[in-house]
Amino acid sequence: MNLSRRRFLKIAGAGAAVAATATGGLVALGRSGAAAAPRERGLRTVPTFCDVCFWKCNAIATVRDGALWKIEGNPIDPLSNGRLCPRGTGGVGAVSDPDRLRTPLLRASVRGEERWTAVTWDEALGYIAEKMQDIKAKYGPEAVAMFSHGLGGAFLKHTLKAYGAINLAAPSFAQCRGPRDVGFELTFGEGIGSPERTDIANARCLVLIGSHLGENMHNSQVQELAEAVGRGATIIVADPRFSIAASKAKHYLPVKPGTDLALLLAWMNVLVAERLYDQDYVAAHGFGFDAFAAAIASYTPEWAYPETGIAPEVIRETAREMARHRPATLVHPGRHSTWYGDDAQRSRAIALLNALLGSWGRKGGFYTPASMTVPGYPYPPYPRSGRAKVDNPDHKYPFASEAITTGIRDATISGQPYPIKGWWVYATNLLQALPDQAATIEAIQQLDLLAVVDVVGSETAGWADVVLPEATYLERYDDLNVELFRQPFVALRQPVVEPPHDQKANWWIARELALKLDLAAFYPWTTIEEYLDHRLRGAGLSLAELQTKGLVRGAPQPIYYEDGVPPTFPTPSQKIEFYSVQLEQKGFDPVPRYTPPDPGPPGAFRLLFGRSPVHTFSRTQTNPILAQAMTENELWVNASVAQRLGLATGQRVRLRNQDGVRSDFAIKVRATEAIRPDCVYMVHGFGHTAGMLRHARGRGASDAQLITAYKTDPLMGGTGMNVNFVTIEQEA
Amino acid sequence: MSRLAMVIDTRRCVGCQDCVVACKTENQTPEGFNRDWITYITKGRFPTLSMSIQSERCNHCDDPPCVSCCPTGASHVHDFGGIVLVDKDECIGCKACVASCPYDARYMHPDGYADKCTFCVHRVEHGQDPACVSVCPTHCMYFGDLDDPESEVSKLLASRKHYSLLPEAGTKPRIFYLE
Repeated sequence: MNLSRRRFLKIAGAGAAVAATATGGLVALGRSGAAAAPRERGLRTVPTFCDVCFWKCNAIATVRDGALWKIEGNPIDPLSNGRLCPRGTGGVGAVSDPDRLRTPLLRASVRGEERWTAVTWDEALGYIAEKMQDIKAKYGPEAVAMFSHGLGGAFLKHTLKAYGAINLAAPSFAQCRGPRDVGFELTFGEGIGSPERTDIANARCLVLIGSHLGENMHNSQVQELAEAVGRGATIIVADPRFSIAASKAKHYLPVKPGTDLALLLAWMNVLVAERLYDQDYVAAHGFGFDAFAAAIASYTPEWAYPETGIAPEVIRETAREMARHRPATLVHPGRHSTWYGDDAQRSRAIALLNALLGSWGRKGGFYTPASMTVPGYPYPPYPRSGRAKVDNPDHKYPFASEAITTGIRDATISGQPYPIKGWWVYATNLLQALPDQAATIEAIQQLDLLAVVDVVGSETAGWADVVLPEATYLERYDDLNVELFRQPFVALRQPVVEPPHDQKANWWIARELALKLDLAAFYPWTTIEEYLDHRLRGAGLSLAELQTKGLVRGAPQPIYYEDGVPPTFPTPSQKIEFYSVQLEQKGFDPVPRYTPPDPGPPGAFRLLFGRSPVHTFSRTQTNPILAQAMTENELWVNASVAQRLGLATGQRVRLRNQDGVRSDFAIKVRATEAIRPDCVYMVHGFGHTAGMLRHARGRGASDAQLITAYKTDPLMGGTGMNVNFVTIEQEA
Repeated sequence: MSRLAMVIDTRRCVGCQDCVVACKTENQTPEGFNRDWITYITKGRFPTLSMSIQSERCNHCDDPPCVSCCPTGASHVHDFGGIVLVDKDECIGCKACVASCPYDARYMHPDGYADKCTFCVHRVEHGQDPACVSVCPTHCMYFGDLDDPESEVSKLLASRKHYSLLPEAGTKPRIFYLE
């Protein structure tokens, strides 16, 4: 190590005399460790797109003397504008992660003990295929479910659908953005999408409610936030914690946790009572405005004061400020929105506030994403199932627009409406993502097969029967990213270096599995290059072009009403639904109605969690570069509270929640003025218990472990997770 | 002669540490050591608070004590832009420079020499910005020549209120923060 570092410094000192040689596909790469391969010399760059989070920024990786050196934004990328976020920049650490899964593993003792036998791919996939055929024979193919996160699961989903699976879900809906999308769908007929259609760059007033952009590092949005701040846009932040975004705000509203809906209703009350809303826009596009106005008439700022802790004059002043800048006032819908169980209605209130401001469809508000067409690969049709999906029986959650992970978990435990006996888990750590870890483990214990595909050995992998090591995003092709954004584009992920051990690309795993399941008809292509080229030629492009450029942008299109986008609202009334008849018909409030949150046990603090700019979920804590930027999380405790409890910054404590669950590991206190006294906060993703995550195990505390309680959103099945309370126990 | 400097807009900065991570990958700094870092300073009582965020590194001072105290000349002012550098082959590891720096910008490399920010001289000499500047997703960092009144850094300093760190140390630092 020392030698190579010294050698590098010599090269650096010489002024990087070797120029970048080529941009494009892989030149012949020697497999690392293969003695016969000649060592690659010089610099080589490869365009690809990032996978450290789901934003999928386009990037250019640089290889020096055969080893991955660095990765930077692709200058022609509309998402990153040539600048990756810290996670993307540190993404090279995914390749050198010391805790990478290296070879397929078969469980060698009882589930969860993490004792393994290393096996070949043939053995691992053969074992899985046999189990899947058994399950199909006994219970039908619907008994195999899949949980996934991100683009990488595309091929595995294809294989499972070809097998006959219908129960496929992602935590990104019921544990994250689901309520937001449903709230907007109910109001405007369309969701927010990802990347969000928020026009932060052109907003003159930006309102963030619990959304901590800057810590939550969705690249384009953070770039636009900085742009807005730089332009002098008015920032209004409502958050129990003085976030980074709050530090940029003209108005910081330290709202009491769980009362955001009261604040939103009061803001709307002011806009309507003072006739500050966009009356032309509402008259042209609104449905049921009068009934809406009547329903919110009692939600005055004076009413909201004791609920939210925000003074009436502050509520009025900020409402007027929003009205002053409309329609370029963007009330941001957030992303992770599963907080209190009334989340779809809170998100609907955000949608309605935007509707009053006339910002939907307008510059500085919400644009209409531009699209381009890249046809899919022509596969044979999937087998039809006569059964309904298990996650939402009898449409119990009538407005769920995607499958509900926890619904599949419930069905797995109960065997109703029919048994679920196999789980495929791709690149998601269910034990950290879903509330109530005990329920997830109970469900796993009902299974005949748990197969996990991942790059590192998560807690969920620890409970698996078979663990399959995936190549990192820098070592594999994936499906194309056809992106909806201000300007559409199609992007290629391609290998930069070879996997160091026996890791495989997900497309290879999915295809090999299909062959073992006698589903060869669903894989008319042999190599991924063939598949990608076929799709790209359908759009008048080619793989060779994408290998060189990384992405190709589609034609610019109008994205605002004022530029000619026709205002259309695919709701039942074809209008913006201030009053929702479809909600009323299903027995819900047609206009959002406030119910106060449960205050929790006396002396306990509400547990809040959020993001760090240098980590993604619970997936990156063993990345050696990102781990250096943040090794463990801290417990934010209000400074006065800390003083009263005799806690000092840096001191280690454990947390005990309302159900008596005590955190496995101690967490450092951060005594700070920057949080309300009635709650505590930590960054999600730490406190790993997985034996295979040697470099992250025991570092910090896991919020997921303490989230035993959750409140289900009756509209769409989202799991509100900010309903747990903890007490702080000092370590001896 | 040019005097290279950095101007950092604290209003735009969100303290995301991308500059820190980019320096680490660009310059392959040893595990546990960084050439740049972020400080967050929160003032006030809840909820009336303010926070300042500063991306910090070697200030490449006009009057650098780390150079004047170096017994071997390893610490030196580079011809190109007045960048303060360490010639690691000349460094005897006496740590005098580490102690003399008012900004605590230097560390001892595990291989035995003093190490710190080079303003990415290997990039700058080829017309590129330092890695931290070029990566910043908030565009809060600017790099250029103080001696050129037409440079972006000169114009920003002429038009916006700014400060530097520890001016009382008298080293004439060349990292400036816009308020």
